Amino acid sequence: MDLFLQQTVNAFALGGTYALLALGLAMVFSTMGLINFAHGELMTIAGYILMACGLAGVPFALSVPLAICAAVIAAVAMERIAFRPVRNASGATMLVTSFAVSMILQVLFQNFISARSQAVLLPQVLSESVRFGGLVIGVNKIAAIATTIVMLIFLDRFMKHHRVGIAMRAAAEDFSVARLMGIRANTVIAGAFALSGFLAGVAAVLWVSQRASVDPLMGFTPVLKAFIAAILGGLGSLRGAVAGGFLLGFIEIYLAAYLPQGMQEFRDPIALCLVVLVLIFRPNGLIPSPALKAEKV
Amino acid sequence: MSALLSVQSLHVQYGAVHAVRGIDLDVREGEIIALLGANGAGKSSTLNALVGLAPASQGKIVFRGQDVTGSAPERFAALGMTLSPEGRRVFGTLSVRENLLMGAYSMRDKPAVKTAWERVFDLFPILRERREQFAGTLSGGQQQMLAVGRALMSNPRLLLLDEPSLGLAPKIVEQIFELITVLRKQGVTMVVVEQNVSMALEVADRGYVLANGRIAASGTAAQLRNSQTLQAAYLGAD
Repeated sequence: MDLFLQQTVNAFALGGTYALLALGLAMVFSTMGLINFAHGELMTIAGYILMACGLAGVPFALSVPLAICAAVIAAVAMERIAFRPVRNASGATMLVTSFAVSMILQVLFQNFISARSQAVLLPQVLSESVRFGGLVIGVNKIAAIATTIVMLIFLDRFMKHHRVGIAMRAAAEDFSVARLMGIRANTVIAGAFALSGFLAGVAAVLWVSQRASVDPLMGFTPVLKAFIAAILGGLGSLRGAVAGGFLLGFIEIYLAAYLPQGMQEFRDPIALCLVVLVLIFRPNGLIPSPALKAEKV
Repeated sequence: MSALLSVQSLHVQYGAVHAVRGIDLDVREGEIIALLGANGAGKSSTLNALVGLAPASQGKIVFRGQDVTGSAPERFAALGMTLSPEGRRVFGTLSVRENLLMGAYSMRDKPAVKTAWERVFDLFPILRERREQFAGTLSGGQQQMLAVGRALMSNPRLLLLDEPSLGLAPKIVEQIFELITVLRKQGVTMVVVEQNVSMALEVADRGYVLANGRIAASGTAAQLRNSQTLQAAYLGAD
């Protein structure tokens, strides 16, 4: 029972990080139909800022907001420089553009920073743990869960009550009609990128605080997982992204905990099989996007 | 009297499809204009081109003395021209209140927004009643009212209505046409694209009949009612 509870806490921590990343992907996808594979590099940028701040002796309380800001700025710059010129191109063109951005950044990190993994100095408290009855829970896990909850509440309020948030929902449903209302396409798209950068920055801080290191490919795996989570939840659906992120986190952690030793190597394929199984029964994801009206044969 | 809107030899082309092939039309302040014609005659393309949603490949659009040809769609609400699009296209996952709020997105003037809310809720009491309901759960007639209400939230000088009666029950269609006469009394100038020719010509002052992307006939509503061209345009004969 204790093991189960312990793993559940881990699943919430990992699933929450996936959820934040999947939300960022879903936000950009729902406003401009782009699957941004360079989302992972936003995480890596934030990770390097944490590393640099640690080396420069900047207190962690200050380096976190700096890292998140860097991810936001990088996301907005990415949209302005790379994605705006291909905004009206096909989904495939945009996808290839995002791969290009991703690879260019990876090569830049490898050549100008280091191809190898770099240590990130973290405050001591993050590696400590707290005892709850029979459970031992890492402070970094508690921080991850708390941060995820705060972020989800903030985003929910923003999308429901702020006029730009409502405009983003309107644009996700019908971009042309939203423009007719005077909602500027640039505002909505830049807003979606800024928010996705914010989410990637926060996710990067959570990710790095579990690992204490950063490397040029750091963002790749979590964003690939987040992409799977976004599809599992229903691509373009924000609630779906959160649901998919948590579900994937749970599947991975429980498989790691309960799969027999001899089968541990097949953990990822088994996890993906479970995802495919869900998609067979719910082809449009757990919570399909409202913009998805077209029937498929 | 000078024209509120004046369109000169407008062409609309989507790739190889030449939907509108040189249309001239004028709309004066306070008028109701009917755009008539068979499916594919270019009526909706014309309206969409007026607000920048369809590409005007040639020609000139002048609204309130300003050349607005090729302007981005987001500019028009603030200039005073809005479109209630074909098929209503309300934001189904937004509440009625949020839909109307989006209609007023371009408005900076707070008291004017307050007046707009009152006006829309007075015109459509049902929207006040259902303001927290998702727009997607409204009936077709209520969605049409919401679409018109949303367009009215920016206090337009010129309201473009694309097929407001399409797919609605006869009783609701009557309500929609009553609404058009009420709006006229409030001083809203309108261009209405309609399939329901007889009702459209009842409320309109003037009309244009489109066929194959060109104007086949134009005149006062009374002239058009008796015209042969109108029937020909619908039957597809030249």
